[in-house]
Amino acid sequence: MPRALPYLLLLPATLFLGVFFLYPFLNVAWDSITRGGEMTLANYQRMASHWKFSTAFWNTLFLAALVVPIQLAMALTMASIVTRLEKGRSSILYIFAIPLGISDLAAGLIWLAIFEQSGFLNSMLYGLGVIERPILFLSYQNPVVILIAIVLAEVWRATAIMMVILVAGMGLIPKEYGEAAEVFGASRWQRFIRVTLPMLKPSLQTALILRVILAFEVFAVVMALGGTQFPVLMSETYNWQFVMQDRGVAAAYAMVILGISIAFTLVILRLLHVPKEARI
Amino acid sequence: MTQAPDNPISHDAVRRAGRWVFATGVTVLVLWVLVPIWLLLANALSAPAEVTSFPRSWIPAFDTASLAFFFGYGGVLDALWNSVQVAVVTMILAIGLGAPAGYALSRFDFPGKEAFRFLVIMTRAFPLPLLALPLAVMFIRTGIDDTIIGLALVHATLALPFAVLITFSLFSGIPVELEEAAWTLGCTRFQAVTKVVLPLAAPGIAASAVFAFVISWNEVFAAAVLTIQNRTLTAFLLQSLDVSPLHLKFAGGAVLVIPALLFIFAVRKYLFAMWGIANR
Repeated sequence: MPRALPYLLLLPATLFLGVFFLYPFLNVAWDSITRGGEMTLANYQRMASHWKFSTAFWNTLFLAALVVPIQLAMALTMASIVTRLEKGRSSILYIFAIPLGISDLAAGLIWLAIFEQSGFLNSMLYGLGVIERPILFLSYQNPVVILIAIVLAEVWRATAIMMVILVAGMGLIPKEYGEAAEVFGASRWQRFIRVTLPMLKPSLQTALILRVILAFEVFAVVMALGGTQFPVLMSETYNWQFVMQDRGVAAAYAMVILGISIAFTLVILRLLHVPKEARI
Repeated sequence: MTQAPDNPISHDAVRRAGRWVFATGVTVLVLWVLVPIWLLLANALSAPAEVTSFPRSWIPAFDTASLAFFFGYGGVLDALWNSVQVAVVTMILAIGLGAPAGYALSRFDFPGKEAFRFLVIMTRAFPLPLLALPLAVMFIRTGIDDTIIGLALVHATLALPFAVLITFSLFSGIPVELEEAAWTLGCTRFQAVTKVVLPLAAPGIAASAVFAFVISWNEVFAAAVLTIQNRTLTAFLLQSLDVSPLHLKFAGGAVLVIPALLFIFAVRKYLFAMWGIANR
């Protein structure tokens, strides 16, 4: 009995993940390579030959490439601030963590309140005398503004996740390392670059993997701000599933998202590899 | 400490300037998080006509007409109630399945432990909302398509890994000696858990339950794919993005955001247990 106990305790969660995680993934992979019961690459061909595919693909990657580095820098700054604070630490941390609990759809609507035609950005520019009449920012004529709005909303929404992971990681670094560097005359910046960052590698790895995968899943923010003006992989998946009612192509899209997620996870694991002996 | 000063005055000046920069940085970041939320709430607290007027004021008229319109709009109350139901079922599933697994991971060493942890961590390296695509078919076959339970099962897949990791770190923080003392006093293993461990872990378990609730409350993609008649609030808002007037969107956004603010405040102490553990 005692030997079996841990397995009994794990059984419900394992079964659940088996049925609702592993099985559906096999299923979606199978759906993507079959059509009408036959194995074929027709779904992928159909997906790739549609004019929106390459736009959606590159939009998604481009968005991630813009958003993630900004977030990394901001999350590191925020985490350093929180770690250094002596008083008010928990209130500042709470405020920084707020977007963690906010739905991506709500985040999109928040930035819509700023960028829409009668929104706060137009009102501010008008108040400052920069413009005479409100500008229609989020229209197809202004793809760059749509992009900027999406980037801002994404940065605003999802930096908190990285920040919390990095704060936790900084808490694990023994203080003695920084103090030793200080004794040898290292400046604050040198200590950050030479001590904190290398010691932070495992947390950076976790934070980046999580964040990059979430970046490839960007959906509701784009729908709220760009509508159909700015196709991304996830919104195309949704379109094929719903509007075109073609599950095969939707499954092929899902496999593309899965593929780039796995590829980038492997790259990050490789780049930020920490040898076992070097872990704290 | 900055580098060795040439003379004491400049050293002092540098430190004061440094502190000033630091304080400004903190203020800017706090405003960056809070101002957009305020703007959304300001919109929600304005009358419909005021929302589309120009230029907008930063301070709303505290008119509840938009909110009243939102709650009176066809389907909103049902969607709200569906969201709550799905989130509660998700919460029960995630904790009910996750807590025993977390307990097993924290108390036993057994073959296969690493494999299970790998399965749990792996779920986070996948774009989980995509699960909704194959599950939609599976649910139609089993007759639970477009139901509260069906969607809650998908949301529980999202929340379960977090529940396992949080309860694992919670139980690890409770000394096993307390349980052993209970055994020597005649408790069975089960009694020791219910009478000693659970009361100590209760606040943390409540926090992870709240977190599961928030995950479900905020989720957009799976909700939009899996519900048609019984839409949740996020699915309702997403699908009416094209057609609904601005004040409806903003009131809906505010209704999504406010519970999230309260929830994150309630669980702020446990934010690190969720993510910090992932550093190992």
